[in-house]
Parts: sequence; C-alpha cells; structure tokens
Amino acid sequence: MGIELLGGRILAPFFGSSVHIWGSIITVFMLSLSLGYLLGGKLSTRAASLATYGLIFLIAAITILPIALFGQWLMEMVFLNIEDSRYGSLVASMVLFFIPTVILGMLSPYSVRLLVKNSHESGQVAGKLYFVSTLGSALGTIVTSFYLILWFDINVIIFSFSVVLACLGLSAIFVNKSKSIVNMEPSNA
Amino acid sequence: MLKFYTSLLFFFLLPSSFAYAEVIHQERSLYRNILVEDTGDLRCLKFNEKSSQTQQSCFFKSRPQQLVFNYTKLLMASLLVNPEPKRILIIGLGGGTMSNTLTELYPESEIDNIEIDPAVIKVARDYFGFFENSRINTYDQDGRIFIKRALLKKQQYDWIILDAFNGDYIPEHLMTEEFLAEAKALLSENGILSANTFSLSKLYAHESATYKAVFGDFYQVANKTNSNRIILVSKQGFANYRIDERIVDKLNNKLTRYGVDIKLLYNNMVYTKNNQDWADNTRVLTDQFSPANLLNVK
Repeated sequence: MGIELLGGRILAPFFGSSVHIWGSIITVFMLSLSLGYLLGGKLSTRAASLATYGLIFLIAAITILPIALFGQWLMEMVFLNIEDSRYGSLVASMVLFFIPTVILGMLSPYSVRLLVKNSHESGQVAGKLYFVSTLGSALGTIVTSFYLILWFDINVIIFSFSVVLACLGLSAIFVNKSKSIVNMEPSNA
Repeated sequence: MLKFYTSLLFFFLLPSSFAYAEVIHQERSLYRNILVEDTGDLRCLKFNEKSSQTQQSCFFKSRPQQLVFNYTKLLMASLLVNPEPKRILIIGLGGGTMSNTLTELYPESEIDNIEIDPAVIKVARDYFGFFENSRINTYDQDGRIFIKRALLKKQQYDWIILDAFNGDYIPEHLMTEEFLAEAKALLSENGILSANTFSLSKLYAHESATYKAVFGDFYQVANKTNSNRIILVSKQGFANYRIDERIVDKLNNKLTRYGVDIKLLYNNMVYTKNNQDWADNTRVLTDQFSPANLLNVK
C-alpha cells in the first residue's frame, strides 16, 4: 500500500494528477495481486518451506528497486510513445508496479500454507493473516502519506521498503536454517 | 479557504454581498463540486462548499471587464516586464476572466487555456461569458502534461500564467523544481512567468526557494490587504534588468478601465535580491520531495 500510494506521486510529473492516474494504479495493483495470489497458492503445493518464503521476500525487495532506479527513464519512454495520458499512465504503472506486486501478492497464500497445521484451524489462520496483512496495509498507507513523504525523498522511501523486505526475507531463511538444525538434533539423539 | 481574505474584503466593501446569494448552477464534476452563485450584480464560481471562502472567479454582470479579484489585478504587473505578449499560456481556467481580459487588451495575441476539469470549462462558457475563437483555445488537460507535450512540439510562450488550484492549494506536481524548469524551457527569449500564490504557512519559504533555484531572484507583487502574492520571473532573470518607467504610464491608460492601478502595483513590486524573507537553506521542492499540502498548514 505504501508503494501504491507513492505510485500517484511517481507518475504525476509525466501523466498528471487526473482521476485516471488513480484508476490506472489501482487497476494494476488489483490485477497483479490477484495473479500473485494464484501463483503463490500454486507454488505452496510444491515442497513449501520457510526458505522459499524468504526467497520470495528477497525477490520482491529486488523487483521494487527499478521503480527508483529506472523509473524516470521508463516513464519518459512511455510518455514519448503514448500520447493519451490515460493509456500512458496505465502502461507506465504496469511497467513499474506489475512484477513487484505479483511477487508481493504471492506471500499471502504462501503464509497460509506455512501456518496451517491441520484443516479445521485453516479458517482461523486465514482470518488472522487477513487481519495482519490488511492492518499492515492500513498502517503503510497512513504512515507513508502522513509522514514519510514529509521527511524523505520518494526514492529513499522505496529503498527503505526494499531493505525491510530483504531483511524479512533473510531472517526467514536464517530461521529456516536454525530450525532444521534444531530438528536434526533430536533425531540424532 | 481559497481567497479567504479577498472575500472578507468583499464583505466590507460591497453592500451587495449582504443581498441574498442565489445558486444558479450546481454540479458535481470528477474533481469537485462546482457552484455558480449570483449575489446581486456579482456572479461567482465556487468549488466545494457553499461558504464564502471558496470563490475561484467572480465578475460583475453589468461591468464584465472590471477585474474583481485582487490577484487578477496583481497579475497585470507582469505587463511591466513584458508589455506585448504575443503567445500566452494560462494554466487553470476558473471562470475564464483572465483570458477574456487579455483578449480585450491584446486582440492579436494567441491564448491557450489549460484546465484539468472539463466541467469547469463548460461552466466558464455557459455562465461567465468565457470567449473563444481561432486564436483562443482551451484544452482539458493536466497543466504539467500540456507543458511537456508543448516542449516536444517546440512551442514557445511569451507569458505563462500559473493559476491552477485544487481543493487545498496548488497541485504538488506544479510546484516542483523540475516542473518550473520545464515551464522555463517553454518561455520565449523575453518570456515571463507569473504564478498566483497565497501561502502564509511554512510552504511560503519552500515555494520561494524553489522559484529562486530555477529562475534566480524574482519580483513579487503583493497587496497589504490580503495574502495573495504574485511571483514574477523571467527567462533571462532580473540581474541586469530595470523596469522602464515609461511603460508604467503607457500601461496606466490601458488598464484603468479594468480597475487596475498599475502605478500602485509598480510601487509594490519587491525584488527578492534585496528583500529575501525566507532562509537561504530552505529545502527546494522537487518531484522527489513535494509534500506541499502537508506543509501548507498554519
């Protein structure tokens, strides 16, 4: 949500602040989240592990970097090639946000897979996950729009998001490793 | 909150403002509520609320050429620097009064009006006598995009007027260093740019610092009775420039009938080089950092 909110500001210099900007951004985010859910669910059926989970975080961290690194150049290309700012903003948000949002969308179903131990508690686990992720979205929205943009450059905010995602990913991988060591010890004994 | 002080001024100056205000048109556009209100002889365009604080544009039905708002009069000070603008770009249409006045003053000049909200353009045409012909064109587009496209088409303007407002203030992407640099590139050799601003908040310093970063020292024209200020900049900069006093007299004859006292404006012009009223280290607004509307609180 934090990135979605920044999206409006990133696109404004090239595509303005008309209503269709938000139309484009929300469309692309919804589309890519829905695909992400599908892919994440599919992936979770194949040897789900905390390590893979951490890897998704790492990939997400890497794929949001181009927004800050090549955003200007990419938007300029779109601006020069598409005259109509409605389709321009749609294509630009597709280019910038589609891949990272698909990856981020994969995390939700994958979390369900990792947390559900048996089927009768699956509803409760999913409920808690929705709770956490939607609450997180709400916090991300308000913190970004009320404070972060007042203190930092947009690119700095994006780099920080990337660092946070990478740290989460690395800690998941790390926890996975130490767990497997812990798991191994009792079996040896 | 727009033109709050101006409306206060009305309250004291115009007995007609005590008359019953009649809403003659009301619509909800994609961006805002639009209201057209008649108070005696005075017709006003308002955005959002039914309060007296949101007037965007007003004119007297019996004397349409008389400029009502102080800031529209202040804008005329720009003519002291560039008295014969041939190509004019107005970002933010309102009721179209600025375009109408300039058409009367300079019938040979070309004027492009840019307004993001198609509903505002329609209201200007239907209720404010907004006048268009082959030389006066209107585009429903975001101002920044228009300027970017105009640059690609290698167009140039002698006078750019920035007068775009959303519900709160000037849209953030029309206040940044990058935007002003684009606008500067669109100016002809002797081109000037005037911006209508009225911030009393922390934003005042950021706004000023940004204009200075792009254009160097500039003139500001303010009026003590309210908070409007016009920022007046030129492509060449004002370092080696002095206003020709003969122009003042020449313009005076032309502008009196619009209720503009150009001599007073001339005396009120302040050059920021000698009178900078913000800190040198103020952070410049950029596309990366432009929390304009968050800064614009008192």
